[in-house]
Amino acid sequence: MNVAVAKTGSGRAVSDLFTSAEGRLPGSPAVIATRRDAFETYERLGLPHRRIEEWKYTDLRALVGELLPLAAAPDAAALASAADAVKAHAVAGARKLVLVDGVFAAGLSDVKALASEVGFKTLQETLEKDAGLLKTAAVDAVISLNAAMASDGVVLSIADGAQLSAPIQIIHVATAASASAFTRSQVAVGKGVRATIIESFVAAGAKAYQVNDAVILSIGDDADVAHIRLLDDAPDAVNITSQFVTVGANTKVNFFNMTSGAAVSRLQGFITLAGEGSDLSINGVNLLQKTEHGDTTLVVDHAVPNCVSREIFRAVIDDRAHSVFQGRIIVRPDAQKTDGKMMTRALLLSDEAEADNKPELEIFADDVSCGHGATAGALDDNLLFYLKARGLPEKQAQALLIQAFVGEAIEQIADDNLREHVIGIAERWLERRS
Amino acid sequence: MALLEVKDLKVRVEEREILHGLTLTVNEGEVHAIMGPNGSGKSTLSHVIAGKPGYEVTDGQILFKGEDLLEMDPDERAAKGVFLAFQYPVEIPGVATMTFLRTALNAQRKARGESEYSTPDFLKKVREVSKSLNVPQDMLKRGVNVGFSGGEKKRNEVLQMALFEPSLCILDEMDSGLDIDALRIAADGVNALRSPKRAMVVITHYQRLLNYIVPDFVHVMSRGRVVKSGDKELALELEASGYTQFEDAA
Ligand SMILES: Nc1ncnc2c1ncn2[C@@H]1O[C@H](COP(=O)(O)OP(=O)(O)OP(=O)(O)O)[C@@H](O)[C@H]1O
Ligand SMILES: [Mg+2]
Repeated sequence: MNVAVAKTGSGRAVSDLFTSAEGRLPGSPAVIATRRDAFETYERLGLPHRRIEEWKYTDLRALVGELLPLAAAPDAAALASAADAVKAHAVAGARKLVLVDGVFAAGLSDVKALASEVGFKTLQETLEKDAGLLKTAAVDAVISLNAAMASDGVVLSIADGAQLSAPIQIIHVATAASASAFTRSQVAVGKGVRATIIESFVAAGAKAYQVNDAVILSIGDDADVAHIRLLDDAPDAVNITSQFVTVGANTKVNFFNMTSGAAVSRLQGFITLAGEGSDLSINGVNLLQKTEHGDTTLVVDHAVPNCVSREIFRAVIDDRAHSVFQGRIIVRPDAQKTDGKMMTRALLLSDEAEADNKPELEIFADDVSCGHGATAGALDDNLLFYLKARGLPEKQAQALLIQAFVGEAIEQIADDNLREHVIGIAERWLERRS
Repeated sequence: MALLEVKDLKVRVEEREILHGLTLTVNEGEVHAIMGPNGSGKSTLSHVIAGKPGYEVTDGQILFKGEDLLEMDPDERAAKGVFLAFQYPVEIPGVATMTFLRTALNAQRKARGESEYSTPDFLKKVREVSKSLNVPQDMLKRGVNVGFSGGEKKRNEVLQMALFEPSLCILDEMDSGLDIDALRIAADGVNALRSPKRAMVVITHYQRLLNYIVPDFVHVMSRGRVVKSGDKELALELEASGYTQFEDAA
């Protein structure tokens, strides 16, 4: 890591990254103290590297090296360019909540149009009172770094019984080049809620920026929630996102993530099934080209009996790109009748494309059904030939087959507008292929 | 005018020569039938004309409208008017038949410098064609050939042929798997496409198909060569006497 290190009066090492940002970071003095502790943890650990088991395939020291300074709060010009990006990336019918360079932008957001059952605050507002939201499990250094540096985020609470007809879309827009945005958001979903939450990461012309996001999502009993994350950052950006999810009883959760941008990305999800009878479905799609590196690392913790989890992870890997999927399923001793399965399917479009796949089952109960599987291969030559014999040029024939491959995941998205939106992103990715 | 000229074609698959110097000329407006025992190289010939990879042409040439077909990618051949109705059409899960048909038709038109079909025009055209071939609309909503019966797959091939309006139609055993009614409908569809500018090469094992699609010429293939050519009477002869006489000749 190349961050310059300065000594403070107390003799503790605090790098420029924090000291230069400290004055601008929101929060009471107590919050600042929490941040400082978190930063010390980060500094002690440093950026994760390949000798840390969980980061074996994603060596941030090698891939990212230098952390960029905190982005300045967006000025009028930044907000104007963000407005265009928001227009381009908004899902029709969704209620938008926009973060520009890590700061909530009220003028671009639909706070007033949120359903009455949805409580909204910014992270900044909550940090005026207490540091609670910064105190997640410090699983690794990037999470500590996020706690130290988080400049803003959205804090949502969806009241028991709310049936939200319109999805809520949190849009992260980057306008500042060569700068970092640290965001942290919380979504607390009450009992019996039906809701769709979208998170989009996009660039408004910005290049070579870094995103470190954390999401704390708690879902109550008897709920039906879809969470769709669309990482469509600039091709030279870095995006590290950590999700902490707890799921109540008899709840249905559909996660979908599609990565179609960023030079380096890591989505790490820590999902605890904390109530019986719940059904968790996770669909991941990595669309990677050039030298992109996309890592999805999920820990699904079956803490209670009688839950079902299904993870299907698809990767389309072109050129010299590298896709990583690490899935761990933990079944606690009394989590009997757990049914947990994960599957990875990699489509390799080039000889130099790389897919790493690390499934792990940690099973401490005896009456369970768990498993994992993986396939990797190229496009089927016979199918390609059939399409070409009907007049489709190679690239177009490939595109149809790739769309079919990822379409199986995209089909799981229930909302029509959202599904079309996601198909559009995949199509643009296909058009970018050289 | 000669539409297709196959001259002394030698083709290898995995180091083994399958076609040993095959010659065949098809003029505009003609219908040629190719018959011959299993493994004699009929599908190989059709694949090489369509441009399927995996075949090594070691000698000879194929001209289409005077141009060297072997220099073209399969999609260029299709855009120029070569169409192969496959003996074994593949299933393509996740690609809706309608999307496939529209993408293919427009790709061909684009390659020829023609304007692409608008969605309504395209739908109208597909509806017309599928109606005349008795292809249910429901079939078009599914993935390409996915879950189609053998006969339905064949009908889907004829439907594509009618939609793309190629100038050379090669039908590789389109009659296999079709029931009698379906055979008649498909043959009617093929006959409707007969025109002075278009030629057909009909590969079949059964004389019956040739009662519906009456050929101008019949060729017998054996062991990688055309060993006898004649008119439609030859097909009747074959029906009566089988191929053994030609096995010796080859
Ligand atoms: N990919 C391949 N690899 C090895 N041998 C092949 C391949 N394709 C064809 N052949 C061989 O080439 C010969 C000709 O096959 P082809 O499919 O052209 O015959 P056909 O005349 O169409 O037969 P049928 O009437 O059974 O359809 C056969 O002996 C077949 O086994
Ligand atoms: Mg054959």
